[in-house]
Amino acid sequence: MILDVILRVAAKLFIPFILMFGLYVQLHGDFGPGGGFQAGVIIAAAVILYAIIFGKDAATRAVPEWAVRVMIPMGVLIYAGVGVWSMLMQGEYLNYNVLLHAGEKIGTYDAVHGQHWGVFLVEIGVLVTVTGTMLGIFYMFAGRGRPDD
Amino acid sequence: MIDWFEALATHYNYWITIALMMAGLYIVVARSNMIKTLVGLGIFQTSVYLLYLSPGKILGGTPPIMAEGIETYSNPLPHVLILTAIVVGVATLALGLAIVVRIHEAYGTIEEDEITTVVDREDFSDPEPEPEPESDPEDSAA
Amino acid sequence: MSAPGLDLHAHLPALQVMVPLIGSVICALVRQRHVCAAITIGCSVLMPVIAFALLWQVQETGTISYAMGGWAPPVGIEYRVDAPNAFLLVLVSIMGALVALYAPRSVANEIRPESQGWYYSMYLMCMAGLLGMAITGDAFNVFVFMEISSLAMYTLIALGTERRALVAAFQYLIIGTIGATFYVIGVGLIFTMTGSLNLYDISTLIWEPDSTRPVIAGLAFITVGIGLKLAIFPLHLWLPNAYAFAPTVATAFIASTATKVAVYLLLRFLFSIFGVDYTFGLTPAAEILMILAVLAMMVASFNAIFQVNIKRMLAYSSVAQVGYMILGIALVSEAGLTGGISHLFNHAIIKACLFLAVGCVFFSTGATRIDGLAGIGRTMPLTMGAFVIAGLGLIGVPGTAGFVSKWYLIQGAAEAEAWWLVVVIVIASVMAVLYVGRIIEVAWFQEPAAAVVRKPPPEMVAITWVLALATIYFGVQTEISAGVAAEAARELLAGWRQG
Repeated sequence: MILDVILRVAAKLFIPFILMFGLYVQLHGDFGPGGGFQAGVIIAAAVILYAIIFGKDAATRAVPEWAVRVMIPMGVLIYAGVGVWSMLMQGEYLNYNVLLHAGEKIGTYDAVHGQHWGVFLVEIGVLVTVTGTMLGIFYMFAGRGRPDD
Repeated sequence: MIDWFEALATHYNYWITIALMMAGLYIVVARSNMIKTLVGLGIFQTSVYLLYLSPGKILGGTPPIMAEGIETYSNPLPHVLILTAIVVGVATLALGLAIVVRIHEAYGTIEEDEITTVVDREDFSDPEPEPEPESDPEDSAA
Repeated sequence: MSAPGLDLHAHLPALQVMVPLIGSVICALVRQRHVCAAITIGCSVLMPVIAFALLWQVQETGTISYAMGGWAPPVGIEYRVDAPNAFLLVLVSIMGALVALYAPRSVANEIRPESQGWYYSMYLMCMAGLLGMAITGDAFNVFVFMEISSLAMYTLIALGTERRALVAAFQYLIIGTIGATFYVIGVGLIFTMTGSLNLYDISTLIWEPDSTRPVIAGLAFITVGIGLKLAIFPLHLWLPNAYAFAPTVATAFIASTATKVAVYLLLRFLFSIFGVDYTFGLTPAAEILMILAVLAMMVASFNAIFQVNIKRMLAYSSVAQVGYMILGIALVSEAGLTGGISHLFNHAIIKACLFLAVGCVFFSTGATRIDGLAGIGRTMPLTMGAFVIAGLGLIGVPGTAGFVSKWYLIQGAAEAEAWWLVVVIVIASVMAVLYVGRIIEVAWFQEPAAAVVRKPPPEMVAITWVLALATIYFGVQTEISAGVAAEAARELLAGWRQG
């Protein structure tokens, strides 16, 4: 695999675009197909492609295993944290309308921007967890098996 | 004869769902290789996604984004439910595969018939010594 | 608006599920076993506090409805707490707290050090899933929490000491996922026919559709799906191995809570949502459930007598006891339903006590087979004393908790003039005498075989005794186990349409 020039060059061309497409899918989830799950899988696919072509050690240098292990719970914490933020602002759990104050008075809320921020943050949480999980699964399975590959 | 054919043609989405469901369940029941069982489970779950999604598409409906002049919107709720169900299915598949990998390291095989005979024997005697693991089981990524 | 800050009392339903969920994620982040154990104990002890507060609030003000995310039902997901619900929340959270307090040294003994942090994380995740299943009022949300708790359970079981735990976890995974998928099919059919996913809303819309066939098909799929989680008789094949090879703490927690929450769900769907007229008027559900219950009691008790592994014997006994609960449902009378619900409560306490006692024995001697228990009664009298008390509760001796529920079941069977059922219940209790008696005989009347390597830690024995004393307490003070159960039974029989 490492010796095959065509694959290496093609991968180097593709991977940045895959990552960029993943970011696009993440941010356009409101208005078209997309969102956290899909974007997470696309970004993980980019890293996995890198691992397949250049070897698992190269991928582990790029996205270390401790980072993957932190990403998995971190995304869930971001999502749950948005809910706790809603509760602290006197709304129900995960009520996006109450996230932001409108103006100076306490008690009025900017619902439109609250919804934007709420969805944005929870989708980032989903992205982080899904990427971490997919990469974690790949690292787990790729790490076992014949060591003399 | 024509009614029968008409019932088949107008409800073809349900017939496909049922066919996939039966195929998936048959694989789970009839195949002893654990990976095949997981594949059958995946096919079974996919048929359920079809069961939700196909009635959700309203004929002539557009994606549910408000726009001028559009009267009929497809129902977004089944899609959201199935997204959740797909994620649950993926998580189950990943967990199943992880357990199969560990079973392979512990027993040396992934055929259920062979494992059941070993398991039943272990009831009455001490467990057989585990086969030497092929790679380091204390994977640091655990 | 009130001053900035957190009005905890209004958010109790959300906190009941979110606290263990966030705790589980923090454990997964930290993974250091002592910190994780502390977080687990902290979250688990907080759960009964919240559950009791919810129970008190329900008894004061009636049904609580909490709209998740601020979206009002039936459009949004609501958490709906009423009497049967609150009762179950208290049960699950108390069991979770007791087992968590028992856990640290048992876990340290049975699970590899690097996996212990994950164990605690999955334990909290399972608890969050079970509490969520009990509290939610949305049909699809039930599926999500069902799978959260199930996936956590598969992991808990797979962390067992022997390699057979992996096979047991895999079998449970396959069967459990099929069950959950059947449940989703059922909910899909009902959603297609009624257009709503909110449980209360479905109960008002259930008679609307012209054709009852898809709705009945949906009900059937839901029943089979929940039945797979419940381990109703022919669908119980995952349970013996899963309970036998999981770590002690996992078995005790799962045995006392998972099947009970599934029974509650079945009660919810059959009685509150569909209503007695629909379920038992339009389908032969009562006859089918009765036959399956009788088969469960007979066949599983019979199987339990011949087991070699202690925990598997207790697991078959659990299948039989679930048969009692289903019998209570199938009788469709207030006495029968009271018997079923109070057996749900009593069996949770009894089975947890039995499994924790076996855990103490395993900690001391490493014995898993019944012949390894020889003479234990003399070397570990405290532990086996608790085992005997719980065993008497399992048989249904008057003065223990098991007697109360069997009394109500016999009363329900007598009211229905089904004398053969009374005979069946008595025979099943006699078989319970046989398999519990076998343990007592081996423990006290044989020479000690295994050396007691070390004494079990005091907190493990203490918690086992707390449960054993609870068995006696709820057998004598029947207001709580039978009184609350009767109230819940009346509410369930009335259903939601009229209520």
